[in-house]
Amino acid sequence: MSETSENPTGATRVQRRRRINLPYLGLAPSWALMGFALILPIFIIAAVSVAVRGAYGGFDWGFDLSGYRQILFNEGWTGEMEFTPQYLSIILRTILLASVTTLLCLLLAVPVAYWIARQPGNRKSLLVFLVTLPFWMSMILRVYAWMIILGKDGPLPRFLEVFGAPSGMTLMYNDGATLAAMVYTYIPLMVLPVFASIEKLDGPLIEAAHDLYGNRWTTLRRVILPLTAPGIASGAILVFVPALGAVLEPILMGGGKQMMMGSLIQLQFGGGRNWPFGAAIAMTLMIVVMLVLIAVALRSARKEAEA
Amino acid sequence: MSKHHDVKRYPGLGLISIAFFVYLYTPLLVVILYSFNANRITSVWTEFSFKWYASALQNDALMSALKTSLTVAFIATVVATTIALLAALSIIRGRNVRFRKLSETVVNLPLLLPEIVLAVATLILFSLVGVQNGMLKLVIAHSAFCTPFAFLPIRARLQGMSLDYEEAATDLYASRWTVFRRVTLPLIFPGLFSGAMLAFLISMDDFITSNMLSSGGTTTLPVYIFSLIRVGTSPELNAIATLLIIGSLILATVALSVAARGQRDGK
Amino acid sequence: MSQQNAVEVIDVSKNFGSYQALRSVNFEIRENEFFTMLGPSGCGKTTLLRMIAGFETPDRGKFLLHGRDIVDIPPHKRRVNTVFQSYALFPHMTLAQNVAFGLENLGWERARITARVGEMLERVHMGAFANRKPEQLSGGQRQRIALARALAPEPEVLLLDEPLSALDLKLRQAMRDELRTLQRDTGITFVFVTHDQEEALDMSDRIAVLGSGEVQQIGTPSEIYEEPSNQFVADFVGETNFFEVEVLESTEKTATVRTPFGQVISVPSSTHVLPGKATLSIRPEKLNLGDQAQGVAFQAEVVKKHYLGGYSHYQLSVGGVEIRASRRNASREGDMISVGSTVHVGFIEGSARVLAA
Repeated sequence: MSETSENPTGATRVQRRRRINLPYLGLAPSWALMGFALILPIFIIAAVSVAVRGAYGGFDWGFDLSGYRQILFNEGWTGEMEFTPQYLSIILRTILLASVTTLLCLLLAVPVAYWIARQPGNRKSLLVFLVTLPFWMSMILRVYAWMIILGKDGPLPRFLEVFGAPSGMTLMYNDGATLAAMVYTYIPLMVLPVFASIEKLDGPLIEAAHDLYGNRWTTLRRVILPLTAPGIASGAILVFVPALGAVLEPILMGGGKQMMMGSLIQLQFGGGRNWPFGAAIAMTLMIVVMLVLIAVALRSARKEAEA
Repeated sequence: MSKHHDVKRYPGLGLISIAFFVYLYTPLLVVILYSFNANRITSVWTEFSFKWYASALQNDALMSALKTSLTVAFIATVVATTIALLAALSIIRGRNVRFRKLSETVVNLPLLLPEIVLAVATLILFSLVGVQNGMLKLVIAHSAFCTPFAFLPIRARLQGMSLDYEEAATDLYASRWTVFRRVTLPLIFPGLFSGAMLAFLISMDDFITSNMLSSGGTTTLPVYIFSLIRVGTSPELNAIATLLIIGSLILATVALSVAARGQRDGK
Repeated sequence: MSQQNAVEVIDVSKNFGSYQALRSVNFEIRENEFFTMLGPSGCGKTTLLRMIAGFETPDRGKFLLHGRDIVDIPPHKRRVNTVFQSYALFPHMTLAQNVAFGLENLGWERARITARVGEMLERVHMGAFANRKPEQLSGGQRQRIALARALAPEPEVLLLDEPLSALDLKLRQAMRDELRTLQRDTGITFVFVTHDQEEALDMSDRIAVLGSGEVQQIGTPSEIYEEPSNQFVADFVGETNFFEVEVLESTEKTATVRTPFGQVISVPSSTHVLPGKATLSIRPEKLNLGDQAQGVAFQAEVVKKHYLGGYSHYQLSVGGVEIRASRRNASREGDMISVGSTVHVGFIEGSARVLAA
């Protein structure tokens, strides 16, 4: 038994003599890189979002909220402001699609993760490997695969023709197609953390629940799900955040008309069309993501305080 | 024989899971299958053929994009892994480090924000600072967003490694550098390796940032593939996709098996 | 000075935050002895060991290693080696590489290293395992390699941090013998840390009992057991009964006291106690029961009995005072003492002891 006050893994670790005495020097490169390539640019985006749109693309410094105003209003011929839901609906669709993606991933991931966790050792590692594998494939290829499957004369429309669907049909260019590709690209991010927390579930806990007269449903609801909540929460964040910023899926699967915030931003900068407006949308997206992350952080902090 | 009550079994999960794996792999198999189709129209099968592979391998634009991607990924991996290693050592092994938590958040920042925001941010930054060199732009941006992917496995490995090994080495007359070279580095190697592999793959895969930053001479592979997709699906594209899928498969298998072996090698 | 001390601990203090881990600790460890630091969790023994190794620095005070102050010498330059509680064998090296590691860092020649590694592995009976990896070993084998690795560079002092705690009981007993033999054969000073009093009594030349960050007593095992200097030591090492007694007369080494059972007896004393109240300690096995009763005698009622084969433990009550006694079951007659009965209890005056608080 080791002594609590001197336990090598305990709180007094800080007191132990370390090999690296120059931690600040070690941290300097990461601060420099992130400061230059990320933190500084984020402030620049904030500045550009209130800049004046340049005559030939780009922008001029200044203070002009028209980038943000444009999200909700359109300037009419006579200069009056007209409410246009066009961009607001893109923002709402983005949040909706990301939420539905997260929900579908969750519904699929929990049973699969539970099933994998119950497999014997070797097969379990293999299955986890198989879940991870597609994630190592290029994202653009994974979306492309769905273009083939759902596209004109693709395997799925062909299959549906057998059941009387019209021939030459395409399943592409709608929210459903975008959703299919999104769930497909992000699902491993949900399965892995959920699996990790289910695997930690102690076998005797489930047996104890049954021993105390709980049936399968009660056990699932009152023991398994509460104990896997941390895994589900981190999986949900891992899926929801990139889903909010999805670019490829709406461009390729939605076909340009069914836009999301990511593809809208891409469009504003890609063509060099309206940087301040694009920056305003980017700021909006970043704020939505931050709100989600802060809400989750506060929730987990409160949970920790309760425990 | 009495019926065995397995309370942990939920009926139907096996079926759902098998369906899940079919869902996960069918799209990739379809791409691979179609790449061997001799017909120019993707969805009309005529006969088995390797000809699209031949034409893919002779495609100069593809090869040039591949070269750009490999160069960027290689440099970004080296930079990101080095920075991540230094940061992990400082954060986990550093003594009395202030701003430990903040530094960790900064290193992981690229994971917290949607990539499109970062892509736009770097685009504006480079246009303001006046960086013209396309390669340099890609390398800086890729190094930044690859760093957390290299950082996380290294950090996990260092954190899971008992300080006793390093203390024992010091006790046996090893200087600080010798401890690092002969004990710390070999013991965190699996983490370092899988971190580097992840960084390489993330860089190779990246579309959003590269598309925003790439210019004439510096088209990366995903950006090139995107331009092909815009034109329409083609059997040659399927062949390219298949080659990339196989490449990723090999890389992933190597990386994950090294990581798994490292895990077995004890704490 | 006839012989130099291996280690001198001079006025060492250490705080962890507001927690005082060590307060002005002073003692010395003699050349070639098997020295044990014994104490409960949190007594500061591991901190002291880690300070000698160089992994911690004292807030105040100094350490002399063969007369030289070592506080400012980094751990990798101290000629002191440690056997870690976890053994900390490098998992990526073979056993031979593990043992060679320290020698390489000291800049030994290859041939000399090879010879020394072979010799050390033979010494711990692990010669056949040179090219195995630590993960292929049992706990006891790892322990031996950790010893070989720490002894190979011939350190001035060998530090052992609870090295037996991870082993099972049987193995632990066998390893005690091996450690003792190894210490005698090598002539290296061993500084051993444990919370297990039996280990300490069995192996040590001298023991330092630590409690609450202070040295409570230093002495040979029998001094510690038979002549504890205070209540902490008497209570921590072995079992004992404490009685409140009235001191009638006292000198430096003895005291005449009245026991709660009425007798006036003259017993050894750890300090010069003042007349008035004091604490008398008497160990359970020094209380003789039934037919074995002799010396100062009284009657007690048997409240509980634990039959343990070779011994029986009894919980007795004398006029409301609970006492514990143990009796060697030399014959089956011991069984005759049953719960509820009244027995004769006796002890020899010299076996009790008045203790400082």
